[in-house]
Amino acid sequence: MSPPTAAIEVENLIKDYGPVRAVAGLSFAVAGGSTTALLGGNGAGKSTTIGMIMGLVLPTSGTVRVLGTDMVRRRHDVLHRMNFESPYVDMPHRLTVRQNLQVFGMLYGVPDLSASIARLADELDLTALLDRPSGKLSAGQKTRVALAKALINEPEVMLLDEPTASLDPDTADWIRGHLERYRDRRGAAILLASHNMGEVERLCDRVIMLKQGRIEDDASPTDLIRRYGRSSLEEVFLDVARGRRENAA
Amino acid sequence: MSFSIQRVGALCLRYIYLLASSWPRLLELVYWPVLNLLTWGFLQTYAMSATNSTLFVGGALVSGLLLWEVLFRGQIGFSISFLEEVWSRNLGNLLMSPLRPAEFVAALMVMSLARLAVGMIPATILAIAFFGFDLARLGIGFAAFFALLVVTGWAVGLVVCGLILRHGLGAESLAWTIMFVFWPLCCVYYPLSVLPAWLKPFALALPPTHVFEGMRAVLSEGVLRLDLLVAAAALNVLWIVAASFAFAALLDSARDAGTLLSSGE
Repeated sequence: MSPPTAAIEVENLIKDYGPVRAVAGLSFAVAGGSTTALLGGNGAGKSTTIGMIMGLVLPTSGTVRVLGTDMVRRRHDVLHRMNFESPYVDMPHRLTVRQNLQVFGMLYGVPDLSASIARLADELDLTALLDRPSGKLSAGQKTRVALAKALINEPEVMLLDEPTASLDPDTADWIRGHLERYRDRRGAAILLASHNMGEVERLCDRVIMLKQGRIEDDASPTDLIRRYGRSSLEEVFLDVARGRRENAA
Repeated sequence: MSFSIQRVGALCLRYIYLLASSWPRLLELVYWPVLNLLTWGFLQTYAMSATNSTLFVGGALVSGLLLWEVLFRGQIGFSISFLEEVWSRNLGNLLMSPLRPAEFVAALMVMSLARLAVGMIPATILAIAFFGFDLARLGIGFAAFFALLVVTGWAVGLVVCGLILRHGLGAESLAWTIMFVFWPLCCVYYPLSVLPAWLKPFALALPPTHVFEGMRAVLSEGVLRLDLLVAAAALNVLWIVAASFAFAALLDSARDAGTLLSSGE
């Protein structure tokens, strides 16, 4: 019997922008039902790696497979089974929340869309906001709408770029709780890029530390903290970013 | 997954919601064609009283203007719908959705037609009522001219969208200005014979040149020149195929350069 296919498989991934090597031979896999964080300072290669997993950036060499599908050549075969959220992408401001969810639900081919929108609105506390223009919402409300869009097709793979950036601690905590419940219920694979170490410690079973496009370390948050002899993931992050090695002991 | 009408419809719905929520956008669609028509229409009225030039026979100036607007607005309508996605920072959401490039382009084409209808119907009614535009005289030719010019507008719009994908909003101004390269060359208001010999091959490579020549033939001789329609249609096929390849190449180049992740400046 062949082993189960990982939700995301990255092998020997390299991306050069002219003379600059942004990603230098990454290999990793993310299993369904797990949350993995890509951590690293600015320019470490997180966004480029996520871009290649989404199929929006072409690798110079190497392969990316999502749910067994080659993302360079056949991404449209699998895009309906994945979704993403990023604070650097917006929903159209003039459309109401309901209209936006309707449009994206149709794009993703969601059956019984009205019921799906009502259910998501209920889960994400958006019911009272459904007929308001998306551009008139607060940052926290917009993030909840973006999350509703990211969940509209019940994705098996979610790519999240700074999912709680600029949110107050209460809203951020609420969103994390929702993501955890979704992952456990759906068995979804979540790949997360974040600078919020508390978020990573809470949400992720595994952390891939990137530096200059390479994997500097790869372990669970607890293991990393123990191995580096630190008390928090933030201290480990600083050690890696500043080139200090883990505890020899 | 193959081409999906539902996804094309979803994107059209997004643009219809946008237009319906924004009266300035709707007004802008009507504003320029009507303003242009009034200016050139009055010029034609004045010139007809001052001269007896065949230039103005059968409302040739106003007919030329209306068809020029079809060409220009066809391209603008296509490109602006695309730009709406860049302006609203929604492009990433769409490119990460199952929407295929061909479906995106199909939705832009549908919206180009919808925007043309909103803009051109009032202008055409005014032209008929006040400036001697004779729709009946153009007859079936008008539909053919309209279709041929719209397709040329789409071909140019496709290249503009590809350049915006590749180079970001730095290429936005092309959406507004690129069609003016055609203006002197495709002989909107004067016959091809006016151009110097060295410029004629360039003019003849443009599908609209044959359309405007055809329009003048209908208005002055009452003849619908099929040879001109066939030439324009054949050139349009070449143009739309070349534009599709250019769009695909620019999209691949944007993926290679990583510019789809940051579709701003």
